[in-house]
Amino acid sequence: MDILGTLQKLVMESGFAAFFMEGGWKNLIMIILAFVLLYLGIVKKFEPLLLCGIAFGCLLSNLSYFVALGGENALYHPELWADFLDESSPYFHSYGHIMSHAGLLDFFYIGVKAGIYPSLIFLGVGAMTDFGPLLANPKSLLLGAAAQMGVFVAFFGAVTLFGFTGPEAASIGIIGGADGPTAIYTTTKLAPHLLGPIAIAAYSYMALIPLIQPPLMKLLTTDEMRKVKMEQTREVSKTEKIIFPIVVATFVILLLPSTAPLVGCLMLGNLFRECGVTDRLSDTSQNALMNIVTIFLATSVGATMGGDTFIQWQTVFIILLGLAAFCVSTIGGLLGGRIMYRVSGGKINPLIGSAGVSAVPMAARVSQDVGKKYNKNNYLLMHAMGPNVAGVIGSAIAAGFLLSVFGG
Amino acid sequence: MDELINISIGNASLVAILGYCVVFLGLVLLMCVVMLMGKVMTSKSGKAAKAAPAAVEAIPEAPKAEPAPGSAGDLKLYDTDPKDAAMIMAIVADSLGKPLNELRFISIKEVKDE
Repeated sequence: MDILGTLQKLVMESGFAAFFMEGGWKNLIMIILAFVLLYLGIVKKFEPLLLCGIAFGCLLSNLSYFVALGGENALYHPELWADFLDESSPYFHSYGHIMSHAGLLDFFYIGVKAGIYPSLIFLGVGAMTDFGPLLANPKSLLLGAAAQMGVFVAFFGAVTLFGFTGPEAASIGIIGGADGPTAIYTTTKLAPHLLGPIAIAAYSYMALIPLIQPPLMKLLTTDEMRKVKMEQTREVSKTEKIIFPIVVATFVILLLPSTAPLVGCLMLGNLFRECGVTDRLSDTSQNALMNIVTIFLATSVGATMGGDTFIQWQTVFIILLGLAAFCVSTIGGLLGGRIMYRVSGGKINPLIGSAGVSAVPMAARVSQDVGKKYNKNNYLLMHAMGPNVAGVIGSAIAAGFLLSVFGG
Repeated sequence: MDELINISIGNASLVAILGYCVVFLGLVLLMCVVMLMGKVMTSKSGKAAKAAPAAVEAIPEAPKAEPAPGSAGDLKLYDTDPKDAAMIMAIVADSLGKPLNELRFISIKEVKDE
């Protein structure tokens, strides 16, 4: 037996040998990045439910490059998806081709590509959301609209400063909606090659909202404004809560048909919650279904973070633009809050404006915490929940607009 | 289509402004719908509330029931939600280390700030 030859063969077939092959260093960096993301998720608790899955998907996908060198045994095949998106390829939009050659993560990714997971996540979000504060104070919808400013400023910045194409810029801009599923849905339709960095930016900044928003809130409001104690809102009847999802789905889908998957699922989930006769469905949407879809969504988004696609200057630009989008959206919401403070004669605390960026319920909690710092008897949480859930609808409308313009 | 892919600065600014306006328009219209819905609902519940006392008047008044054994009688609430009142009473009883039925609460009033 040729012991030396056998050992050499083992070494050459091992994944470690591939570290030194062409482009292998990029995948190695991605593996290290996956470890960092796992650390942030597990130790620092940055959106752990998503970040752990994304990081592990990234780890598996990049490991599979070394193990299978992109061959049949790989868990994720970027080249299959490149063919799927290439109009000149015979496999353009061919799920059959994908399924006949797919690895495990390719199968998971089909749900992202078809827009299934973000819509199902929205079903769960709808089932978990109480729109009562919004119904009690419909004017908070204006704050939800004002806080979409970052979407369009980041879009404009992406085109003018960094030369992104229209669809790419639209996908980057939607990070400012502070709504993970909406960002993923829009990106898979408009710029799927940017899915990894955009998802990472969106979820990382959502986790960092308690750090990003308070300085801006202090900068754009006065002590007097922050101390405003808002009056208790009216009680909302059960009938109103039942009618609301039906009205919103009908109205928004008729206004912008491209929002149908997201708004339709959001409102269906909310109807399950409120109608009182589908408790089991509401429970499943909020818990089991949400958890299952989160696993598939997170791992498949992580799988798209290959070395070749992620290690580019574009990724740095996206991270920067994402931060700008979040900040500008917060500023938009706060400015809207200031206007409402003036118009209402000082009855509305402008701090609730920053909650309009969506990121439910984190942004509303930040409004509550900052408000309480300046007035210990101030409970802004329920007031901030109005703009907060309005932001979800607002970002879905913004995404619908961008999808209809750039042809999702 | 190509002009939207390789979008010019002029077109990008147009899309951005138009998009922000569409979001505002959509949510303003939705606000109007929700406000209208709220008005209809409150007017309906208002009518129901007005009709209710009339119906009550028609029914002969039932003899006033004695408070249940162990009960401390009526409690007056001023600007306080019954749920909050129940919570306050439970906290007070717990802090004093006395069973709730041995305490008598006469009224609970929310103290307003200046």
